[in-house]
Amino acid sequence: MSSTSQTTAGTTGGRLGALQKWIDDRFPMTALWKSQVSEYYAPKNMNFWYYFGSLAMFVLVIQFLSGLFLTMSYKPSAAEAFSSVEYIMRDVEWGWLIRYIHSTGASAFFIVVYLHMFRALLYGSYQKPRELLWIFGMLIYFALMGEAFFGYLLPWGNMSYWGAQVIVSLFGAIPVVGDSLTEWIRGDYYISDVTLNRFFALHVIALPLALVFLVIAHLMALHEVGSNNPDGVEIKKVKGPDGIPLDGIAFHPYYTVKDMVGVGVFLILFCLIIFFAPTLGGYFLEHANFEPANSLQTPPHIAPVWYFTPFYAILRSVPNKALGAALMGVAVLLFVFLPWLDRGKVKSIRQRGPLFKFFLFSFAIAFVALGYLGMQPPTPSFTMASRAFGAVYFAFFLLMPWYTSVDKTRPVPTRVTYHAH
Amino acid sequence: MTEQVDTGRRHFLTVATVAAGAVGAAFAAAPFLASWKPSARARALGAPVEVDISKLEPGALLKFEWRGRAVYVVRRTPEMLAALKAVDSRLRDPQSAQSEQPDFARNEARAIKPEFLVLVGVCTHLGCAPLDKFAPGDVTVSADWPGGFFCPCHGSKFDMSGRVFKGVPAPTNLPVPPYKFVSDTRIQIGTDAGNA
Repeated sequence: MSSTSQTTAGTTGGRLGALQKWIDDRFPMTALWKSQVSEYYAPKNMNFWYYFGSLAMFVLVIQFLSGLFLTMSYKPSAAEAFSSVEYIMRDVEWGWLIRYIHSTGASAFFIVVYLHMFRALLYGSYQKPRELLWIFGMLIYFALMGEAFFGYLLPWGNMSYWGAQVIVSLFGAIPVVGDSLTEWIRGDYYISDVTLNRFFALHVIALPLALVFLVIAHLMALHEVGSNNPDGVEIKKVKGPDGIPLDGIAFHPYYTVKDMVGVGVFLILFCLIIFFAPTLGGYFLEHANFEPANSLQTPPHIAPVWYFTPFYAILRSVPNKALGAALMGVAVLLFVFLPWLDRGKVKSIRQRGPLFKFFLFSFAIAFVALGYLGMQPPTPSFTMASRAFGAVYFAFFLLMPWYTSVDKTRPVPTRVTYHAH
Repeated sequence: MTEQVDTGRRHFLTVATVAAGAVGAAFAAAPFLASWKPSARARALGAPVEVDISKLEPGALLKFEWRGRAVYVVRRTPEMLAALKAVDSRLRDPQSAQSEQPDFARNEARAIKPEFLVLVGVCTHLGCAPLDKFAPGDVTVSADWPGGFFCPCHGSKFDMSGRVFKGVPAPTNLPVPPYKFVSDTRIQIGTDAGNA
């Protein structure tokens, strides 16, 4: 054991090597590095879609750092919240940059996570043996939704206020306990200073902590079962004499270098938005939020930020409070059950048949269309469109046991497709 | 003393310890969960408020705050009152059977004095503040609009008594708060005196 750690140390002879040994005798530093990074073998054919996992972690770090510095100037009280955000924007040195990083980071987080989830749908990454990995991922997504929702109240703009009012009222749709539950969540008869203060606590302590633990669990599950790949091949089935999968390459340096390219491209786009279009025309920061919260005046057109609008469109399309709220909840929760709804014998889109391709493509279109409709005013024609796309959305999940089992699939290859560069 | 482990006893002790620990954890959690309920200060701030309606013109709306929520007072015109009956067939709960209001308001006008409508301005769907769209035929709502309240969030519609129309997300009529007339020109909101 100690001899192998010496070889990794390699060039780090002398004092640095001695320090490494001193630490390794007391803490499994080198062993952890090897098992999780330098000797974690990932399929060598991972493509563009595999950028978004590491990017999500990168955005999480951005949000931690920018959020930490925002809390240093922000005041979580109804009387001061709005003006303290203006103070950050105008008076704090570079405060505008830190805030725009954080607000743009929120949207970037959802873009990256939605693409990461779509990757899992494309290549069947939720299938056995990766069900728990998928469930941890979904829990991260739910924590992220909570984080975004709580964080959105903090600027105490009028859209913050009414957005929180609408979402908290959703719990009122639960029979019997609904009304007392909403009062308990708010801590008052309306969204008040009390609510703002507790949402701040949840936003900066409870959920970030939960996110960190969930990300660790997600990574541990990933490194236990191994990464999936665009061919849906289990690379552990074909190993070389050294016990290393023939189609595997070490995560470091091969994928660390690849992911750095992804981070570079991401940062170019991220900075373009921060410096040239921080509100992105009202999509990342809604215009109605530039006036302070007013409990007597709902903004004329109310819509959540873009990442919630697909579900919001489903909620709005149902002319019944309880049913609308229930359908919205189900629309979010259905993802969790994908590993069991999918009866397919193959994982990847490359071997799936025409039925799956049709339903997945329709689902992607419906998700984007619902996202658009959720931002529009609730006119009758838009409501009808939301119902139609909502039906497509649910069909993807509920018909999945049928179309995945009757679909014509191609055989899974034993080795991954790979062209040397 | 035997060398063998008494697994039954060990199992019993494990279960008993877990159960006792769970009860303790539940008791320890109770104060934390209860701390989320409205505090004594929040409850005290929910006291009744009084408003002066002497300057309210016919057909106009007065908004004010009670328990942080908007309360609307509308001075209805005779035409508005006369039109109430005509929309009954388009309403979900025309007699206010399933809706929230003091007993004195369980009538068509949903008011003590039909001229003055008092409503909590919180949509029964998801809590937005409905807009006053009193002009019949207001095309921003619909061509056959008889006049009433329109919620901009999810398109719920209510008539000139705050009664909900069919085919919208809101389940019940806009709530009528408890109130009483202190004098001819002053209303107190938050005190239930049904026989005022």
